[in-house]
Amino acid sequence: MGIILEKTPIILNKIPGGTIALTTADFFINWARKSSIWPLTFGLACCAIEMMAAYATRFDFDRFGVFPRPTPRQADLMLVAGTVVKKMASPLIRIYRQMPEPKFVIAMGSCADCGGPFYDSYSVVKGVDKIMPVDVYLAGCPPRPEALMYAVQKLQEKIGKMEIKENSGATAGQESGARREL
Amino acid sequence: MPIEEKTFEKPLELDQMFVNMGPQHPSTHGVLRIALHMEGEVITKAEPDVGYLHRGIEKLFENRTYTQGLVLTDRLDYLSSMHNNLAYCIAVEKLMGIEVPARAQYIRALVSELNRIASHLIFFGTYGVDIGAFTPFLHAFREREMIMDLFEMLCGARLLYTYMRIGGVAKNLPEDWTAKCREFTGFFPKRLKEYDALLSFNPIFMDRTANIGIISKEEALDWGLSGPVLRATGVNYDVRKFEPYSFYDKLEFEIPLGQTGSTWDRYYCRMREMAQSAGIIDQCLEALSKQDMPPDIIAKGVPKILKPLKGQAYGHIEASRGDLGFYAVSEGEFSPYRMHIKAPTFINTAILQKILVGAKIADVVAILGSFDIVLGEMDR
Ligand code: SF4
Repeated sequence: MGIILEKTPIILNKIPGGTIALTTADFFINWARKSSIWPLTFGLACCAIEMMAAYATRFDFDRFGVFPRPTPRQADLMLVAGTVVKKMASPLIRIYRQMPEPKFVIAMGSCADCGGPFYDSYSVVKGVDKIMPVDVYLAGCPPRPEALMYAVQKLQEKIGKMEIKENSGATAGQESGARREL
Repeated sequence: MPIEEKTFEKPLELDQMFVNMGPQHPSTHGVLRIALHMEGEVITKAEPDVGYLHRGIEKLFENRTYTQGLVLTDRLDYLSSMHNNLAYCIAVEKLMGIEVPARAQYIRALVSELNRIASHLIFFGTYGVDIGAFTPFLHAFREREMIMDLFEMLCGARLLYTYMRIGGVAKNLPEDWTAKCREFTGFFPKRLKEYDALLSFNPIFMDRTANIGIISKEEALDWGLSGPVLRATGVNYDVRKFEPYSFYDKLEFEIPLGQTGSTWDRYYCRMREMAQSAGIIDQCLEALSKQDMPPDIIAKGVPKILKPLKGQAYGHIEASRGDLGFYAVSEGEFSPYRMHIKAPTFINTAILQKILVGAKIADVVAILGSFDIVLGEMDR
């Protein structure tokens, strides 16, 4: 992901032997963050297969700097791809807490949004936002890999608006109920 | 200080250790948890813990009509949705005494075999990743995308199709579909050879898988295994041959068998099954292109609202992972009184507690991966 100069708050000054660029810390840090979103390799149910397809040959998520990591300690995006059931809820929260700040969550698929086809099941958590803050909701059962790409782009937009003085992720403040608009 | 002589006489105490594998582990293919007790690096006890994806599907069937229930079956074994659709339809058709027209039967066999290839390709790709080879994953998904395109032409969905209907299938094959499918079956056997060169006969891969996780014939029968896990031990059992459905008795194919029941055998059984499936697809296409085949794709006189009489029926098929069965009990209502699903992975995984004992910790992932588990079906 390069930097598009026209859309950037940047001052360029020629000096002998090169150019000096002056920009805001917010812009620079956000640019770095959004160009290397590393999700956790973690699938819950059917949606995970479409997530895998997104990493694989045709869709190739690496282009966006999205590269799966197997451990929560190295990940900054949690893709909740699938149905969250009550037994899985507490391990899920534990994994979420193990991720370093700033961290983001995409609820992938109708199950993670609201329970989906299992809206009346006794054992399903009706939406992962009941247990953790969510940045982007992605509808579909299962969403296509293209849709997942769109969700990641939306997340990048959101990261682009973060300010360092808040010193945490785009999800900051969501736990108290106040959501930031895109 | 002089060293006491006794120190050397004392036997070394082996470290007892407890390792919790999962539910979030990259190679459990979902959310299986295995509690491993170890002495050094040898496993002394393994306890699989299921239920991290228990969605209560069997109970939900009781709140859905028979037609709505079809949608839930897709979500069981999401890697081979067509098989789940088919087994459910067969059970309900038996319950209601519906005869499926010939064209629909061939289409059903055709799409199930395509789905079998797609499912085994995922196994091939992810098993490579488990063992530490990433390239097969990219190859497998390249071919799988071709099948996904075919399915998308057929029913608009990539993963969960709901293509079958009680009494037949939803749509006829679209134009150009046959040609595109033939293109795939012509191209695929060459790719299988490539996979063999890439992974199957790779010496490192064989060393890692050939002598571990061995299941004997007797054990396999005692534990009630089915599918490639059973056939890898040399037991010749395949529902397609022994209780043919969907005109499998009119199609010619072989059942690949393994010899030793090792992890590699289980892997290679699946690879050979894919070649057979490609052959079956060709035969189905041949049969479907005959002019004298009636164009019906759904049985005549299937009511819009299904209300079977009191009774029960069991329909089972050979899914990608084994013998998948649906047991429907009707009390004469719009929805089933009880729907039980005999899930092959659930039964196959039980043997893990036996064969993991004595294995090394490094082999656990290789053994587990060779079972090709899908948690959606196991936990239901
Ligand atoms: S939203 Fe649909 S595809 Fe995704 S996990 Fe739920 S049932 Fe499966």
